[in-house]
Amino acid sequence: TAEVEANAVVWGSGQTHLMTGVKKPYTELIDVTWGDPQGAGLKPLTFARQVLAACLYPKLLNNERLPADVRQRAEGLLHECHGGSVGSYTDLPGIPQVARQISEFISRRDGGVPSDPDHILISPGGGGGGVRSGVLTPQPSYSLSVMSVVGLGGVPVPYQLWEEQGWEVQVEELNRALEAAEGECDPVALYVINPGNPSGHVQRRKSIQDVIKFASEKRLFLLADEVYQDCIYKENIEFLSYKRVLAEMGPPFCDTVELASFHSASKGLLGECGFRGGYVELVNMDPAVMKHVFTIFSKDNAPTPGQIALSVMASPPQPGDPSYPLYRTVNNVRKVHEVLNSLPGVSSHPVEGGAFAFPRIDLPPKAIQKAKDLGMEPDIFYCLRLLEDAGLFFTPGCEYGQKDGTYHVRYAKKRFHVEYKDLNTKIKQYYFSLAGFAS
Amino acid sequence: MSATRMRFLSPRNLRLVHRAPRDFLGACSGRQPGGPSCSTSLTSPHSVSSHMCRALSSLTSSRRGLPKEKMSENGISRPKVLTLDTMNPTVKMVEYAVRGPIVQRAVELERELSEGIEKPFAEVIKANIGDAHAMGQQPITFFRQVLALCSYPELLNDNTFPEDAKNRARRILQSCGGSSLGAYSPSQGIDSVRQDVANYIERRDGGVPCDPENIYLTTGASDGIVTMLKLLVCGQGIDRTGVMISIPQYPLYSAALAELGAVQINYYLDEENCWSMDINELQRAVNEARQHCHPRALCIINPGNPTGQVQSRQCIEDVIRFAAKERLFLMADEVYQDNVYAEGCQFHSFKKVLFEMGPEYSETVELASFHSTSKCYMGECGFRGGYMEVINMDDDVKFQLTKLVSVRLCAPVPGQALMDLVVNPPQPGEPSYNSFIKERTATLSALAEKAKLTEQILNTVPGIRCNPVQGAMYSFPRITIPQKAIQEALEKGQQPDMFYCMKMLEETGICLVPGSGFGQREGTYHFRMTILPPIDKLKILLNKVKEFHQKFTQQYS
Repeated sequence: TAEVEANAVVWGSGQTHLMTGVKKPYTELIDVTWGDPQGAGLKPLTFARQVLAACLYPKLLNNERLPADVRQRAEGLLHECHGGSVGSYTDLPGIPQVARQISEFISRRDGGVPSDPDHILISPGGGGGGVRSGVLTPQPSYSLSVMSVVGLGGVPVPYQLWEEQGWEVQVEELNRALEAAEGECDPVALYVINPGNPSGHVQRRKSIQDVIKFASEKRLFLLADEVYQDCIYKENIEFLSYKRVLAEMGPPFCDTVELASFHSASKGLLGECGFRGGYVELVNMDPAVMKHVFTIFSKDNAPTPGQIALSVMASPPQPGDPSYPLYRTVNNVRKVHEVLNSLPGVSSHPVEGGAFAFPRIDLPPKAIQKAKDLGMEPDIFYCLRLLEDAGLFFTPGCEYGQKDGTYHVRYAKKRFHVEYKDLNTKIKQYYFSLAGFAS
Repeated sequence: MSATRMRFLSPRNLRLVHRAPRDFLGACSGRQPGGPSCSTSLTSPHSVSSHMCRALSSLTSSRRGLPKEKMSENGISRPKVLTLDTMNPTVKMVEYAVRGPIVQRAVELERELSEGIEKPFAEVIKANIGDAHAMGQQPITFFRQVLALCSYPELLNDNTFPEDAKNRARRILQSCGGSSLGAYSPSQGIDSVRQDVANYIERRDGGVPCDPENIYLTTGASDGIVTMLKLLVCGQGIDRTGVMISIPQYPLYSAALAELGAVQINYYLDEENCWSMDINELQRAVNEARQHCHPRALCIINPGNPTGQVQSRQCIEDVIRFAAKERLFLMADEVYQDNVYAEGCQFHSFKKVLFEMGPEYSETVELASFHSTSKCYMGECGFRGGYMEVINMDDDVKFQLTKLVSVRLCAPVPGQALMDLVVNPPQPGEPSYNSFIKERTATLSALAEKAKLTEQILNTVPGIRCNPVQGAMYSFPRITIPQKAIQEALEKGQQPDMFYCMKMLEETGICLVPGSGFGQREGTYHFRMTILPPIDKLKILLNKVKEFHQKFTQQYS
């Protein structure tokens, strides 16, 4: 972990180092590192922003150029804010209407499994729940989740996701990880992320059931990070929430396995990362513990713009609403052509969901050697060269953890203001120039 | 920069990985198989009473009509993984009185009222929390206009918005990723906003330079404060970090210290002298603390919460000298810096005073100052906007700080945008200037008037003694509670001032926070009441408090 952290920091300083106006053979930096749709050019949902503007500046409630459903929604939200202002603190768990909308959203999503608004806590960003002791965490994984665990005094216990097995969670591997942790720490929780980051793998029902059974048997608290649940690309795949699968497994699991599910307004259609709106739903938590959780959350008000974004996420315009036609067109998301896969030395599993692709790159031995001579990880070297020479900003796989001797890059799949043609051409050009360099 | 200057907050002295984080999961103490059994039944209805101890929703009671069995198939109820015994013990010690049990009861009463249940009052008045808008204070029009324009840029074509608001909005959007408030910002905050904050600080402090690299945009001031405390807490046993906090204090500090497992070192403010700081008392506190912990930080809230005192310049200098001598990291919570009402009182920023004391101090004393969009004349609590400035921080530690804040990605961008407006408001000559000044003046002078009124009325009540409310948003009067009432409270297992405040709530609908939530000298009792309700309502409130106190005293004499 210390190494991952160190690499992340090197990478981070690499990022800032390059923004200094030095002359380069390109005019624009193409940044595909972040899962930040709007930073990448995605236009925000008009309905969401209109509602927010009306909440911020209630004079707009009388502005007839705003659709009626916008004004109604804003009015309803303001009515539940203290003093009728979004500048007030909100009580726990958040603006009541928003908590209700979220619970209804969850229930609809999960085919009718009920969700209690009193078990939903709205938080600043989907990060949520800190941990102490051992937490099983996937590898490769988004480094910040591991860093959160470490930063809070917890011990990450990595379980491998094998590329050869399509990045699926394997129970034998969970067992191995648990056993390896013996004597090192006391594992208390199992963290899963579905759809995966960086893998993009979407868990099937059987896999989720197996994980739940494992958690039940080994008495682990389940942390399900489901922030990419609205990013599913492969046809015939459905996102199934941990809660739904748990409920549908019936007793004893459904009443006993303790689960916290996280979602956020940062990804999916909303893409409102900057608003920091997220929630956690607590299932089967001891009521006495929940009381303390509420105390902790009471010190940390969720920002109101984030709550408004959650309201729109949970309860978007419906057929018949004036804003529905415009909302409907947004679902037309362009997909990245998997040109990388057509390059020699690059292979990737079909990306099913999530926001990223995580292809494997076979680096030429000379490049690997050069990297080692410079004292850096080969994939960092590759990404730095890609950045310096071609203006393409990818993240190296070592930041997420990868099998020894393999190298990956992670990139965000959605680009909105850059023609894919250009991006793909650049990648091709660069790859071949790298091959040239290496030989 | 002298080589002999030693940083006491050096990487050697701190560890990011420490023992008692905020969490709601189990401690390392091993799981107990015989732990408390699941106490909820599968068919429990959704309760509509208070947040606490709610019945859990049953996952089997879906509309599909799955069978509703009472226990698992073999009839044994299964203990939970996460229980009071297995959870982090420090979390259990966290209390936050401002939203604690009395507020929960107030929420219940509100519900009962709305259901038509008769009460001896028509409405619950929540004078417990420093939430200006909730009490009717109006937002600054210009700020809301700019934020609306930033949220929905189509409005830039709307001619009902003034040009200066539009220019600000364009400038803010330009500095956001994808020209949108919805994109992540750099973890330290939007660069141009940090630059504007630095310029504001320089102007405020009469030219003392401010480096934007020392500015971190935070999620309210609380986020910055907790982050700094995380950095400061380390060590075991006698080397465990001790943090000095004023008594009375804003309970975020005690809650954060409890969660982090740091040692809380109390120093008492001098009630007889309008709650001023007394260096002798600071000295006493730190001397005593050195016997069982390692004092590393000193927290000051100026203007004070709950006490409202505005520190004199001399006092601030004395505190700085004290911190230098005792090698303490200074934490200056200055969120109420515009809320100064009393004649002869003025806000002096710790940073300004530090720099005016010359290089012996300005180059050595480590300081973090905090500000926020939640108070002053803005009152925009819901946006969670804030910043902190770090002075003289060790470079390696700063690197760790930057890394630490990156874990939460970034502070809410609308809050950052708002902070930009606060530090860069309309200027003379701009279209919105006059109305901005008018609104700001109206809000601040109303607060000053209410501060005076509160002190006046409460001091007419025998048994209530209220120090002048020099600044901030609260009064913290001392109340005399009759012995009989103290007795009854203790029998009920309640703090006497909690008992008093609960009674007041039930009889008058007024929700205050008992002094025990903030800390007070043994044997004294107080309550904290905000001065935020509109002046007419405030008058009624104060008179009701007066009535209640007299009745209560009578009843328990």
